[in-house]
Amino acid sequence: MSKPILTVKQLTKRYGSNTVFENIDLTVNEGDTIVIIGPSGTGKSTLLRCLNLLTKPDGGQIWLDDQEITAKGTDEDHVRQHIGMVFQNFLLFNHLTALENVKLGLVRVKHMPEKEAETKALEELARVGLADRAGHYPGQLSGGQQQRVGIARALAMDPRVMLFDEPTSALDPELIGEVLEVMRKLALEGMTMVVVTHEMGFAREVADRIIFMEKGSIVEEGSPDALFYHPKFERTREFLWKITELYGKKEAQA
Amino acid sequence: MEWLQLLQRFFSDFVRGAGVTLELTAVGLTLGFVLGLVLALAKIYAPRWLSAIATAYIEVFRGTPLLVQLFLIYYGLPSLGITLSQTLSAYLALGLNSAAYQAEYLRGAIQAIGPSQMMAGRSIGLSRWQTIRFIILPQALRLALPSWSNEPISLLKTTAVVFLIAVQDLMAKAKRAATITYNPIASYLAVAAVYLLMVFALNALLKWLERKTKIPGFDIDVKRV
Repeated sequence: MSKPILTVKQLTKRYGSNTVFENIDLTVNEGDTIVIIGPSGTGKSTLLRCLNLLTKPDGGQIWLDDQEITAKGTDEDHVRQHIGMVFQNFLLFNHLTALENVKLGLVRVKHMPEKEAETKALEELARVGLADRAGHYPGQLSGGQQQRVGIARALAMDPRVMLFDEPTSALDPELIGEVLEVMRKLALEGMTMVVVTHEMGFAREVADRIIFMEKGSIVEEGSPDALFYHPKFERTREFLWKITELYGKKEAQA
Repeated sequence: MEWLQLLQRFFSDFVRGAGVTLELTAVGLTLGFVLGLVLALAKIYAPRWLSAIATAYIEVFRGTPLLVQLFLIYYGLPSLGITLSQTLSAYLALGLNSAAYQAEYLRGAIQAIGPSQMMAGRSIGLSRWQTIRFIILPQALRLALPSWSNEPISLLKTTAVVFLIAVQDLMAKAKRAATITYNPIASYLAVAAVYLLMVFALNALLKWLERKTKIPGFDIDVKRV
């Protein structure tokens, strides 16, 4: 369980003179579910996008397994198919059905034969409970269903690790549960996951480690119990208290 | 109803002219689409110098009269040692000109689809070009279709200028009928009717295309983003 899948060293990102985050160190081991929390605008999403090179970091290194993916000459497209990503606004391909959304990468990136790709795409849709929606276009699906298709699309590539960028933030409260349920199941199946979220119930229940980020650096990290009950820093306690107050009641119902 | 009689008398002549007009429209539109798409993509995705060239092209071809472009190609190019037939000159002028307009329709739509779809495509390992081809263009073309539909209609009517370099299009046939019958009003009314008919038909075709390529729920989604 302790084999590192993602290793991040001294990662830094700036936009002009504005530092988004600086000198981030992070190790994600196989099977880990890591939840990153923190106030808005602290660089959590940017950090996630740097991890699969959608955004180029300005300093530091990232390893995927034993390969340094920040090294010059890295085939980024090849790297990205091994790092799945789920977006806040789903970002499904709007002109394709749910099935085609999931299938596209299999055919175009993995060069899987059409038939085989279709079977696999259907399996992935079934995995997120949407086998019966295969022929629907994104515009015909609810937000929760769209996000589950988004998860299936990423899963289809058999990634080493899945990144979730506030996957439930754009959802109506009653649709959040179905997405979290899928994520919970993935975590239990042993998928390696890095999740940026404000869903504290999910974090507490599923996370192996919670990372509290603020103003571009990691303030504190530890097990859910350690962070929730024995935070080392006052700032962590303050943030967790506030966010639980905000989101806690809703989750108690879910 | 003189013009109706005239239409009857010159019917086969007008049909041939209309055929040429449709050919000019089809070739101009196709050439313009291919080049326009390249220009739009260059403007958005190419390195700055190439994007600047695309912008300059669009500005020049939209900023000068088509007739000037046509004459430069037909009368001007021979002095550079390039002599093109009338038809070829007409195709080229219409295509090069239409490209500038089509580029703008396409550019707007591609930009509306936006960097988020690019990010989504790249996230599953598609290359930039694959994402453009399989994700961005299929959506952008659908999005552009309603406004782009102005271009075929506009181009069909614009082709009329090519009679000035003696291409035997519908307009040239009208002029011929007017000369033979000494009745310019009836002649031009007759071809006006033919042009109108072609525009109606083209319109119906474009509406059909729009319906056929429609994705359920797609337009709503684009508006929301």
